[in-house]
Amino acid sequence: MMWTWTRSRTCAVLAVIAALVFGAWPASAQEPIKIGFGMALTGGLAAGGKSCVIAMQLWADDVNKKGGLLGRKVQLVYYDDQTKGATVPGIYSKLLDVDKVHFVVSGYGTNLIAPAMPIVMERKLVFPALFGLANNEKHNYPGYFQIMPAGPRPALDWTNTFLEVAIRQTPKAQTIAIVGADAEYPHNAIAGMRENVKKAGLKVVYDSFYPPTTVDFTPIARAIKALNPDIVFVASYPPDTAGMVLAAHEVGLRPKLFGGGMVGLQFAALLTKLGPKLNGIVNYDFWVPEPTLKFPGIDEFLKRYQAQAAKEGVDPLGHYLPPWAYSYVQVLGQAIEGTKSLDQQKVAEYIRSKEHDTIVGKVKFGGNGEWAQSRVLQVQFQGIDSGDIAQFHKPGKRVVLWPEKFKSGNIIYPYEKALK
Amino acid sequence: MSGRAFAVAAVVVIAGGLLVAGLGLNQYYYFAAYVVLQYVVLATAWNILGGYTGYVNFGTPAFFALGAYTAVVLIKWLKAPLLAQLVAGAVVAGLLGLAIGYLTLRLRGVFFSIATLALTVVLQTMFVNWEYTGGARGISLARPATAPFYGSYVQFVFAVMVILAVLAVATAWCIERSWIGRGFAAIRDNEEAAECMGVPTLRLKLLATTVSGMLMGLAGAPFPFYITFVEPASVFDLNYAVNSLAMPMIGGTTTWVGPVIGAVLLGSAQQIATVTISSELNLLLVGVILVAFVILAPEGIVGLVRRLSRRDPA
Amino acid sequence: MVSLDLLLNALAAGLLLGGFYAAVSLGISMAFGLLDIVNIAHPVFVILGSYAAYIMNARFGFDPILTGVLFTPVFYVLGVVLYRIYYASFERKGAESLRGLVFFFGVLFIVEVSLLLAFGVDYRMVEARYIGESIHIGPVGLAYRLLVPFVVGVMLTGALYWFLARTFYGRAVQAVAQDAFALRLMGANPFKVKSIAFGLAIATAALAGALLIMIGPVEPALNREYIGRVFAVAVLGGMGSISGTLVAALLLGVAESLTATFSGPSWSVAVSFAVLLLALAVRPAGLFGR
Repeated sequence: MMWTWTRSRTCAVLAVIAALVFGAWPASAQEPIKIGFGMALTGGLAAGGKSCVIAMQLWADDVNKKGGLLGRKVQLVYYDDQTKGATVPGIYSKLLDVDKVHFVVSGYGTNLIAPAMPIVMERKLVFPALFGLANNEKHNYPGYFQIMPAGPRPALDWTNTFLEVAIRQTPKAQTIAIVGADAEYPHNAIAGMRENVKKAGLKVVYDSFYPPTTVDFTPIARAIKALNPDIVFVASYPPDTAGMVLAAHEVGLRPKLFGGGMVGLQFAALLTKLGPKLNGIVNYDFWVPEPTLKFPGIDEFLKRYQAQAAKEGVDPLGHYLPPWAYSYVQVLGQAIEGTKSLDQQKVAEYIRSKEHDTIVGKVKFGGNGEWAQSRVLQVQFQGIDSGDIAQFHKPGKRVVLWPEKFKSGNIIYPYEKALK
Repeated sequence: MSGRAFAVAAVVVIAGGLLVAGLGLNQYYYFAAYVVLQYVVLATAWNILGGYTGYVNFGTPAFFALGAYTAVVLIKWLKAPLLAQLVAGAVVAGLLGLAIGYLTLRLRGVFFSIATLALTVVLQTMFVNWEYTGGARGISLARPATAPFYGSYVQFVFAVMVILAVLAVATAWCIERSWIGRGFAAIRDNEEAAECMGVPTLRLKLLATTVSGMLMGLAGAPFPFYITFVEPASVFDLNYAVNSLAMPMIGGTTTWVGPVIGAVLLGSAQQIATVTISSELNLLLVGVILVAFVILAPEGIVGLVRRLSRRDPA
Repeated sequence: MVSLDLLLNALAAGLLLGGFYAAVSLGISMAFGLLDIVNIAHPVFVILGSYAAYIMNARFGFDPILTGVLFTPVFYVLGVVLYRIYYASFERKGAESLRGLVFFFGVLFIVEVSLLLAFGVDYRMVEARYIGESIHIGPVGLAYRLLVPFVVGVMLTGALYWFLARTFYGRAVQAVAQDAFALRLMGANPFKVKSIAFGLAIATAALAGALLIMIGPVEPALNREYIGRVFAVAVLGGMGSISGTLVAALLLGVAESLTATFSGPSWSVAVSFAVLLLALAVRPAGLFGR
C-alpha cells in the first residue's frame, strides 16, 4: 500500500535526522524493538481498526523522534485480521515465531482479542488489549491489561453509569425498557444492565433483542412507546443506533431518559447526519472535548490524527478509539523504558504496579487487568442545531454528566425538555 | 490413479502429516496449514454434492457451524475428548444433510440453493438465541493443557486435520470409482432421465447430502479447540460458502483432484495475502481470480491441464 | 397487549417496508425469473446506487430520489455491458448457470472492494428535510423515511409492469423467457431483448440504492445482508412475476413488522426465512408462479 510505503520512508528520513541531531549512530544500527498485532483493516470493524493503526503509528513516530525505546527504534508489525476471529491464532503465531516480535498487543474488539488469549497465556506474554469487554473474566490472566476504562467488573460497571445518572433525577424513574442488537457487545452490556436494574429496584417493562439485519426500527420504537417506560436503554451498533434514533423521533418516543449504550454516537459519520435529533440523548462515551478532560498531549495528538484521517477516509474526529489506541502502546512503551528491559514479566509487573500518564489521563489497572476504577462517561447531547462537524470539535455539545470528577455541565431532564 | 496407488498415496500423506506434526516447527505453519486443510475438507465435501450431483449448496456455513457447536456442547456438557466431538459433529451435521436431502424432492436448481441459504439464516438465529452455547456473545473454551501424542495442541489439531482431509478425499475417490459416482453423474446430467432408467435418484441424493453434510461437520468440529472461542458470526461466515464453492470451481468439479487443487491454491493464496497484502486487495484478489477462472478456464485447472495435454502429443 | 392502535401501526410499517423490499427485489426477479440469470451481485449494485446518492447529496445537496432517477441510465448501460460479458462468456457457450453464479459472486467481491477502496469502511448517510419526520393519519403514523421508499417502490413496480405488459420490447422480454427460438422466428433478436431487460434490472438498483441510504446508514459490505432477503422475495413472488414480487415483498415486510412489534424482534428475520422455507417446501413455484 502506497501510504505505508511513503510513511516508512518518512520514518527513515526522520530516523536519519534524529540520528544526526542526537549523534546516536550506534543506536540506530541496532535492531528495532518490534511490536506486533492483528488489526481489523477489512470487515465489520475496519473503520475502527484503521483509525487505531493511524494512532499507533503516530505513537511510534513520536517515540522514534525522541530516539526510540532503550535507544532502539520502535517498529510496528501488523496484519489484517479481517474482523475474523479465525485468522487471529495464525497471525499471532506468525508475529511471534516468524517475525520474532518483542511484544504483542491486541487487535480491536472483544471477538478478536479472545482467540489470541490462549497463545498469549501459553507463552506468558504481556498483553495490552484494546476495547474488549470482559475478555479476562474467565482466564484471570495476570499479563492482560485492558485500556478501555470499563472498570473492574466490566459488564456491570459499564452500564451502571447510566443508572447512576438516572437515580439522581427528579421525578424519579420507575420503569425501564431494555433493547439491543443480537450481537456480542449488546448482549454483554444488557446482561450487566439486567443485574444493575434489579439492584436499583426498577421495573423492567420491555426487554428484547432485535437481529442486526433489521431494516425498520419503527415497530420496535412503537412497541416500547406503547408501554410508556420512564427510561429506554439501548445497546446497539452504528447502523441500528441511527435506526433507533430516527425511529424514536418518528413515533414520538419520549421517555424521561433515553440512550445509554449506543455505539456510533461517538463518530462523526452519525453525529453529523443525525445532528439536532441527538439533543437530549444520554449516552456512554470515553472521551469528549470538554474542559474537564483536557489531558496533556491529547489536543496535539488529535490534530495530527485528524490530518491523517482525512486522507484515509476514517472517522475525521477521532475522539472515540484513536486516543486509546495511542495510550495502550504508550503504556507499554513507558513500561519498557521504566524497567529498562524487554522481559515480559518485568514489563507486566511494572504496568500492574504503577500509575501511568497517558493522553487519556491517568491509567491504573486493577487485579484482573481492567481499570481499577471505571471511567465510562455518560454524556448528554445538548444545543446541537445542525449537522456541521465543526461544533463537535468544541466543548458544550456533549456534556459530561458522570462521573462527578469529570462533570462538565448539568443534565436537561426529562428528555423531552431537551427536544424544544 | 489405481486403487492401490491411491491407498499408498493416502497412507503416505497421513504418515507425512503425522511426522510433520511431530517436528515442532514454527507454530505459525501449523496454523496456516490447518486452515488450508480445513478448506480441503470443505471443498471436497461441497463437491460431493455440488460437483457430482449438481445441487449447489450455499449452506456450507450451516453445516460447519453445526459441527463446531456440537463440539461446543460436548465440551461444556461432558468435557468430551476431541474424538467424541468429531463423531458427534459429523452425525449431527449428517442429519441436517439428510433433512436437506428430502428438500431435493421438491426443489431443483437454484431453488434448492436458496433454500440452503435460508436454512443458514434460520440456524444462525437459533444459535444467536441459545444461551447455553453463549448466544450472540460467543463462548470461550479452555482446551486441555496437554495434547495427546504431541507437544502442543496446535500440532495435535493439525495432525487431526491431516487425517480428516485424507478421509474426505478418500470418500470422494471411492464415490467417484463406484456405481454411486455414476449414479450421481446421471442425476447431474438429467435427473428425470436417470429416474426413468431406474437410477434410485432419491436414495442417491440422500446419500450425497448426508455424506457432504457429515464431512462439513467434521471440518467444523475441531474448530472450537483450534480457536478456543466460538461465536455465531464467525462460524456462520458467508466466506465458508463462497470458498467451498469457489475452490472446486477453480480446481475443477468433476474429479476429486479439483477441490484439492483449488483449496490448496486459493487457501494458501489467502493465507499468504493475509500476512503480506493485509488490505482490501486481498478480497479483490479472490474476486478477480474467480471471474478470470470461470471465464477463461471454465473446467477449472483440471480441465485446463487436460486440454493442454491433449493438444501436446501433436 | 395487542391493542388495535399498535396492530394498525405494525401493519402500516410492514407495508411501507414491503414497498422498499419490492424496489430492491425487482431487479433480481427480472434477471432471475425472466432471463434465467442468477445475479447474486444485484444487492451490491443497490449499494453502488446508495453511494451515488451519497456523493450527489454530500457534494451538491441533491435529493436521493433525484440522484436515483438521474443514475438509472448510467446503471442501465452498466447492466448492458455486464450482460454482454456474461453472454459472451457463458450463455453463448451454453455453459451451465452454476458458472454464471460464480461469475456474479466474483463481480460482487470486485464491486464491494472497489467501493471500500474508494470510500473507506465508514457508514454513510444522506440528508434530506423529511428524514426523521412523520405524518399522522388517524392513529397511524407514517415515517417519511419509509413512506417515500414505499411510494417509489410501488411506482417502480407499476412502471415495470406497464413496460412488460404494454410495450413491444416488454412483451419480447416475456417471450424470451418462454421460448427464445420462437422469438427469433418472429424477427426479434433475443440477445438484444435480453440485454435491454438486464439493463433495466440493474437500472432499478440505482433507485433502490437511493431508497436504502434514505432509510439508514450504508457501508460497502451491507449488500450481503440483502442477498437472502431479495432472493426470498423473488422466489416467494413466483420468479419473474412483477406483481407477485410486490405482493411477496409486502407480505415479508408485514411479517417482519408484526413479529418485531408483538413477539419480540429477535426472531423477525428468521420468521421471514422460515416462511420462505415453508413456501419452498409446499409450493416451490412461489405464490404467483406460472
